[in-house]
Amino acid sequence: MAIDLEKGVYLDHAATTPVDQRVVEAMLPFWTERYGNPSSIYRLGRDAAKALNSARERIAGILRADPSEIIFTSCGTESDNLAIRGAAFAQRARGKGNHIITSSVEHHAVGHTVEQLVKKFGFEATFLPVDHYGMVSPDEVARAIRPDTVLITIMYANNEVGTIQPIAEIGRIAKERGIPFHTDAVQAGGALSLDVNALNVDLLSLSAHKFYGPKGVGLLYARKGTPLWPMQTGGSQERNRRAGTENVAFAVGMATALELAYAELEQTNNRVRALRDRLIAGVLERIPDVELTGHPTQRLPNSASFVVKYVEGEAMLLSLDMKGIFASSGSACTSMSLSPSHVLTAMGFPPEIAHGSLRLTLGKGNTEEEIDYVLDVLPEIISRLRAMSPLYQPAA
Amino acid sequence: MYSNLVIEHFTNPRNVGVIEDADGVGRVGNPVCGDMMEIFIKVEAGRIVDAKFRTFGCGAAIATSSIATEMVKGQTIEEVLRLTRKDVADALGGLPAHKMHCSNLAVDGLRAALHDYFSKHPELLPAGVRLEDLAPPPEDASTEEA
Ligand code: FES
Repeated sequence: MAIDLEKGVYLDHAATTPVDQRVVEAMLPFWTERYGNPSSIYRLGRDAAKALNSARERIAGILRADPSEIIFTSCGTESDNLAIRGAAFAQRARGKGNHIITSSVEHHAVGHTVEQLVKKFGFEATFLPVDHYGMVSPDEVARAIRPDTVLITIMYANNEVGTIQPIAEIGRIAKERGIPFHTDAVQAGGALSLDVNALNVDLLSLSAHKFYGPKGVGLLYARKGTPLWPMQTGGSQERNRRAGTENVAFAVGMATALELAYAELEQTNNRVRALRDRLIAGVLERIPDVELTGHPTQRLPNSASFVVKYVEGEAMLLSLDMKGIFASSGSACTSMSLSPSHVLTAMGFPPEIAHGSLRLTLGKGNTEEEIDYVLDVLPEIISRLRAMSPLYQPAA
Repeated sequence: MYSNLVIEHFTNPRNVGVIEDADGVGRVGNPVCGDMMEIFIKVEAGRIVDAKFRTFGCGAAIATSSIATEMVKGQTIEEVLRLTRKDVADALGGLPAHKMHCSNLAVDGLRAALHDYFSKHPELLPAGVRLEDLAPPPEDASTEEA
């Protein structure tokens, strides 16, 4: 099979994924035919409520949770905001304290939410360091716990470097100490087990568009009894934890996408992992002065991330784009803020190295031909940019 | 987000490289995002007769290096001294707002190369120009509009 360069080679599945055709079909009736409001008591409304509840049950099945513990939201960011602010405020109101533990490699949806609680609402926070692979140590979590700790929030898998955190172990520590534990599982959804009991989590955020569902819908799992204030108030939807008319079509889409992802989990992961390993091995073999970032084995099956010395990330992305390859970077020049990736910085990479970050995240649609094409063009791109770079001294 | 001209200069940059027997060399870093540029110039009878660059930076930084070296070739030193980062950005059909600072790199690099040249030939300094005005800006001097 030849590569369709019109369509491009999409290697940014950590950013978003295409919606699976089967998901599109499952959603379609809910716009023009089964459009009722689930709160309405007549047949059309009851039909929507039934679809919504069935979506909730199917999702709960995969998380091994009770359907009442699933809260539909508009995205992963909203889920993180609800979990963190909702739990922190509720805990403080109960006199539990005002200290939060998190890591220094969280997604901004978590990091900036905790920072705001500190700067504007008088909370205190510990941002745990990570090792060179981006890994948080459960021992450090245990050491950071104080009598006034009200919430621990650590991501399941990192969006930039793919490192998978020891969530079950951290969860066990939190459970022993009776502290609510939230994990941002947005990047892990559709790739790793979401069994909330095995993971020992009380709160877990997901976003549908990371696993071939639509953008604009996410969920928060909230274990029964976890203190949680609503952050969006109004009607009594979602058991008073998230007001607003439910997006039935998207909830159905998310449930369908999640079911498909977990029905095909092993098969997809094995295929994607093999392609990813081919990509990593090829890059490291063909291009000098490149380092894999993130954990070598404890990483998401679809994630390949590197730092490429002497070149800048945006220049690599532009060059790849011209070859029809869509990738991502955490370089300062690609961010509107012009500061290098906080993740690579926390992992100990100096700014000039973090500048050369390149992230390639695979998906179920990628083929071996596409990977080989990337391995063909990437070395040329990098040597061209290095030839232009004042930092590069070619080996004599 | 980039104009076609930026993409064109990024794809086919002019004047990449080193001038071994350059009359002036400017090395500047971009304090905003930590990028780097080297500019090499040859000067004859008050005119830039050749210019080359090496840049570690984003697409805009590479494109501005390319066009700025194009622009100054054949110009008198007085003309080069009047060049602003806006001139460079305009010549590229504009830059996105958060990339405007990248064009500093090229202008600062050219001035630093002239600084190097006049340090060796202070007698050639045009009237009204002081050597210290050409010195590379202190860290953070070019951050104002970043
Ligand atoms: S050189 Fe860093 S943003 Fe342009």
